[in-house]
This record gives sequence, C-alpha cells and structure tokens, in this order.
Amino acid sequence: MRKIIAIILLFILFFAVLSSISKIPFGISKTKVGKYYINNGIEQTGAVNIVTSVVLNYRGMDTLGEVTVLFIGAIGVMAILSTITRKTEKKFTPSSSILSTGCKFLFPFILLFGSYIFLNGHLSPGGGFQGGAIIASAFLLKYLGCYEKRINEKKFKVTESLGGLAFILIGISGLIAGGYFLFNFLPKGTAGILLSGGIIPIIYIAIGFKVGAEISGIIDNLMEES
Amino acid sequence: MDFLFNNIYYIGSFGLIFIGLFILMTKHNLIKMIIGLNIMDTGINLLFITIGYVRKATAPIFSKPDLNPQNMVDPVVQALILTAIVIGLAVLAMGLSLSIRIYQFYGTLDIRKIKEQKW
Repeated sequence: MRKIIAIILLFILFFAVLSSISKIPFGISKTKVGKYYINNGIEQTGAVNIVTSVVLNYRGMDTLGEVTVLFIGAIGVMAILSTITRKTEKKFTPSSSILSTGCKFLFPFILLFGSYIFLNGHLSPGGGFQGGAIIASAFLLKYLGCYEKRINEKKFKVTESLGGLAFILIGISGLIAGGYFLFNFLPKGTAGILLSGGIIPIIYIAIGFKVGAEISGIIDNLMEES
Repeated sequence: MDFLFNNIYYIGSFGLIFIGLFILMTKHNLIKMIIGLNIMDTGINLLFITIGYVRKATAPIFSKPDLNPQNMVDPVVQALILTAIVIGLAVLAMGLSLSIRIYQFYGTLDIRKIKEQKW
C-alpha cells in the first residue's frame, strides 16, 4: 500500500517536473557568466583549466566553505565514533605474502599519482580534492591489504590543520597585498607550464594534503569501529 | 520519440532522483535509506552537468592553444558540482557513522523498532 502511494506521488511529481524542464533547451550554451570566464580566464588568473580558475579564483570563498564542510564532517565522524568502548580485541588473520608485498609495492605509486593529480590541477583535469581522494585510496589499500600497519593519527591531524591554515594564510596575505581575500598576488607566469597561475597551485597543494589526511582519518575511524 | 530523444538526459537524471526518493519513502533500513540518499545525490549531479552541456563542445581546458573558446561547455556548473560531490561525501560519512552508533545502542537498524525516535 505504501509503495503504491509512493509510486503515484512520484509519477505526479515526475510529469510536473518534466513539463517544466523540457522547456529548457538541451545542448546549447545558456549562461553568460560561463562565457565570460572562458573568454577572460587565462589572462585574469593564468590557469589553463577554467574549472580550476572558477573554483579557486573567482569563487575561492566557496571553496573555503567547502573545505570547512569536509572538516566538520571529519570532526563529526571522529566525535560520534570515538566514544565507543570496544569490548573484545579483534583477531585478524595475517595477510598472505603476495597480498602484503603487492600492497607495499603499489602504495608509493598511488601516492605519486595522487600528488601528480593535485600538482597539475591548473593544467589538466584534476585538482586538490581529486588528488586527496586518490591519496586516501592508497591508505584504504593499506588497511585492506596489510591491516597491522596503522596510520599515525596525530601526524594526520597536524597535516590537516596545516593545510587548512595555509589556505587561510594565503587568503589573508592576498587581503594585505591586493585589498581583497584570496587576491592573486603572485606573478601569473606563462599559461600552460607548471609554475603558472600565481597562488592557484599553492592552494591546491594545501587542499590536496588536507583532503587526503581528512578522508584517511574518516577511513581510519570507520575501519576501526566497525 | 523526438521528445524522448531531446530530453533523455533530463529523464535519466530525474529518474535517478526519483529512484532515490522512492527508496527513502518505502524502505525502513537505515543503510538502505543512506544508499537512497546517495543515489539522489548522483542524480542531482547528473542533472547539473546536463544543464551545462553543449553539443559537440570540448571540456573548458585550454590544453592545446588552437581550441576554440566559443565551443566549450559551461565551467560554472562543473565547479558547483565539485563542491556538491565533496559535501555528499561528508554527509555519507556522517550518516554511516551515526548508523553504526544507532546499531550499537538499539541493536537494530529498522527505524520502526526504534521507539525513542518517534515524537
């Protein structure tokens, strides 16, 4: 009975939404602000990737809020799960030598790939959040493959705090140098090479370390308590 | 048929959103409700990317100098969705850890059996 009512309600909603959304034309360019960013993005920010210049330069304040939301999420997971008292110590069968050797072999390469992603965030698809997620996946592999090696939680907290602090310090020094928060005060350089874009690569390195440490902390909490 | 061809991406993304809503309306297990929330999140992301899409356009990255700036997709929606994915991850982690605590406290994940939750 409940399912039938839900299906009827959703069908009414579906046709109501579809009748309005089908008037929006599909596949043609709609916004003027997107055109403005594409036409002026390279000379105003120095970054080749326009999405990166929107995320970190035109709307850098949004990204600060986003980082704060992820930080509050990680703190919340830790606060919810840290009060559990574990009754019995779990027994783990040690992983086989193929598995542990493979995970030790793959671990530095995944870290290298993650840092490549966030270092090239202004040149190619990618950025701090994606690179941080890849770095966290390296630690997830370590947890699944060879569990006896735990991450050092205190060092991760320090890395996370330093990353967040670096973002805010760069923003405040932009406020001092140029008059508004996250002003791009460094020289922009030639578009398309690694050292270009002013403060964008520095902020993405800070975000990469911060997001990697945060998601690894979430994985650590969830793996430990479940 | 022409209507379906022109709106297939809108139909797909709203289909995902309504599948998620249907799961939220009918299921009683907390883990299944979190999965429904996540499917809804994916549908909303797909809807935004669909609105920003331009036919036969490239990604907004000037990786080669001869790319035409008039023929690129909208970068603003992609930046917004980058934000939304991260927030979805934070919500997912919070929900899963809360359901771990609820299971340890009440011994069940069925929301009909948790009496203290009702008001």
